Amino acid sequence: MYKLLLSWRYLCTRYIALASIISVTLGVGTLIVVNSVMAGFTREMHVRLHGILSDVIVESHSMDGLVDPAWHMAEIRRVVGDDLAGTTAAVHVPAMLSMNVRGQVSTRQITLIGVDEATYADVSDFRQYLLHPENRKRLSFQLREEGYGDESREMPPSGWKYRRMKVSYERELEAQRQLLNAELAKSNTPKPVEAPGIPQDPTSASSGLPADPTATTADMGSVFDPAKEQFTGMVLGIAIGSVRQRNEEGKVLDYYLCRPGDDVQVTYASAGARPTARSDQFTVVDFYESKMSEYDSGFAFVPLRRLQEIRGMIDPKSGVDAVTTIQLKLKPGTDLNVVRDKLRAHFPIDKFQYQIKTWRDMQGPLLAAVQMETTLLNILLFLIIAVAGFGILATFFMIVVEKTRDIGILKALGAPSQGVMCIFLNYGFSLGLVGSGAGMIGGLLFVAYINDIAKLIEIVTGQEVFDPTVYYFERIPTAVQPIAVVGVVFGAVLIAVMASVLPALRAARLHPVEALRYE
Amino acid sequence: MSSTALMAEQIAERGTRNVEPRSITHSAILSARRLEKSYRKGKLVVPVLKGVDFSIREGGFVAVVGQSGCGKSTLLHLLGTLDAPDTGEIHFEGQRIDNLSPRSRDRLRNEHFGMIFQFYHLLPELSTLENVLAPIMIRYGVLSYWRHKKEHAERAKQLLDMVNLGHRLTHKPRELSGGEMQRTAIARALISQPKLLLADEPTGNLDQKTGGEILALLKQLNRDHGLTVVMVTHDQAIAKQADHVVRLVEGKVASAI
Repeated sequence: MYKLLLSWRYLCTRYIALASIISVTLGVGTLIVVNSVMAGFTREMHVRLHGILSDVIVESHSMDGLVDPAWHMAEIRRVVGDDLAGTTAAVHVPAMLSMNVRGQVSTRQITLIGVDEATYADVSDFRQYLLHPENRKRLSFQLREEGYGDESREMPPSGWKYRRMKVSYERELEAQRQLLNAELAKSNTPKPVEAPGIPQDPTSASSGLPADPTATTADMGSVFDPAKEQFTGMVLGIAIGSVRQRNEEGKVLDYYLCRPGDDVQVTYASAGARPTARSDQFTVVDFYESKMSEYDSGFAFVPLRRLQEIRGMIDPKSGVDAVTTIQLKLKPGTDLNVVRDKLRAHFPIDKFQYQIKTWRDMQGPLLAAVQMETTLLNILLFLIIAVAGFGILATFFMIVVEKTRDIGILKALGAPSQGVMCIFLNYGFSLGLVGSGAGMIGGLLFVAYINDIAKLIEIVTGQEVFDPTVYYFERIPTAVQPIAVVGVVFGAVLIAVMASVLPALRAARLHPVEALRYE
Repeated sequence: MSSTALMAEQIAERGTRNVEPRSITHSAILSARRLEKSYRKGKLVVPVLKGVDFSIREGGFVAVVGQSGCGKSTLLHLLGTLDAPDTGEIHFEGQRIDNLSPRSRDRLRNEHFGMIFQFYHLLPELSTLENVLAPIMIRYGVLSYWRHKKEHAERAKQLLDMVNLGHRLTHKPRELSGGEMQRTAIARALISQPKLLLADEPTGNLDQKTGGEILALLKQLNRDHGLTVVMVTHDQAIAKQADHVVRLVEGKVASAI
């Protein structure tokens, strides 16, 4: 009984000891904040990395791809069995995208991906990242009339409305120019080339590439009318078609280089033993924003069938097609590695020219780096708590010296040595508990209000803490993991108890007579 | 002198190595035989007790006097099992206690001995009432203490009433005067209903009047409750109040009255 009472009294009266556990409090708080933020980042990253990837990918080594995807899919379905939720075939090919930005051609390196409209959305979350609400419900490579974007992302005028406006503007411009040229030729007097009465460009963005009636179009026969027709649709990564920058006031804004309704030119390699560069026109029909910059700035999606045709991936005689990847979606809870290993066993690498990977394998180094970072931070911060442990050790030795006479009294009153030891162990335990408890509460509060705190720090220091242009997150993501919190608190309490063992032993070993004599 | 005090008999002889132990322990509640104790100061061995024989009957009141450094406090510590003698034996109620295990000695001190000190030795973090209850708290675990919490507290209050401190229950030691602290210490020593009270210079730190009050209290306890008291003091005037006086000189019993 006296052990509890005395350790409680010591806890309430020794403020120096409370000061010594502030470092424990800070350590625990920091650990919880760091773990939560890292977990939030990891979770967000997983969602984004996984975002437009399917669970398992069967990828061909060659650009010609694997022939007869239907047979492969049937085989896969047989091997994987009930765990399979969906499959789709796709063609991945490196390509070059050229767009006309304010009269100049801007070129980007992209990966052109041919996807099956009907099934691609079944194997990944691709559809939900699209900007047009209708496309989110059902993917279509047809240009929509208007209505792109929503509250979270405002879009300038896009779609057919914009396209018609642009075409009429261009036509008028062209007509004016021809008129001017004709007049110039007639009068044969050089005049400055001016076009009075040219309507103001209704949009601030680019005009598309000049419509080329000889280009490959949906119907080759008739003359292509850009106001009424479109080229093959293409869904472009948001970072390909826009630039995220700050304006003069420091506000983060997106500047669009092209937008749904504009035409772009894509140059890609054809299939076959001797690939040749081919060019084709596409109409941007939508953007997607997965918030994963690697994807958003690199991938452009077009209809699979069209890409197979223009790359020559369909055997003209038999009509058998080829794709470069087959993507699988598995039922939730399925162990991806098991499925991957089953498939690898079924399609041995020495017979089939495929690589079979899970989405985690594809992003392995990145995920491993984040994991390693978390581990390192944990180790470092635990070292801080260990340092705090030595602080507790020193303080406890002081307290034992200060309490020498009390220890003598207790022993004179018949308290056993273990009892005296218990007082100080209890004391260390309760100090650790108080310190890490306060740290836990502080840390959890910090996590809950982390974005407000970041804002406050921005106001106070003028330095931006969290730059959304770097991370593509608007807010700092957090995820509190109860197990991690409990583990951190437990570890800190353990360190506090361990730090009090030596002083407690010293107290227990004190000789009562000498302790009583101590002045 | 009360009749109980007169009953008490103290036998202390010088050089009684040939005396039968049984004759010493016959009716004594506490007896010591040929106690020797020395302390080390570095390489130097300082003998403090050089063969002390001591005995006290139940209900006795013995004062141990001597110059400072003659070993009287050491004798009291040995009798109270706070320290172990180098040689010699100590018997309490016929049982040898100097060679008991540490745990048994702790229990003995807790249950059968009361101790008071010159510097009161109260625990500064605890209130008067909690200080008095300390030996009870040490004896019982949390559960058994809580089960009889009220009885214990009641008894502690009675004791504090007896030493006229019933109005100071929640005060901390630093808020008490020296006399009040010593009275608290006496109440603490009595909570276990001990048979023996060991007092180490109980009046040494008090003025004459307060010291006299403390002494009167000890005598009253000895007389009315039959408490056996061994008191160490350097003050001849105080020693005279005891039934018997043992004079220690240089670690040996010089005279016993």
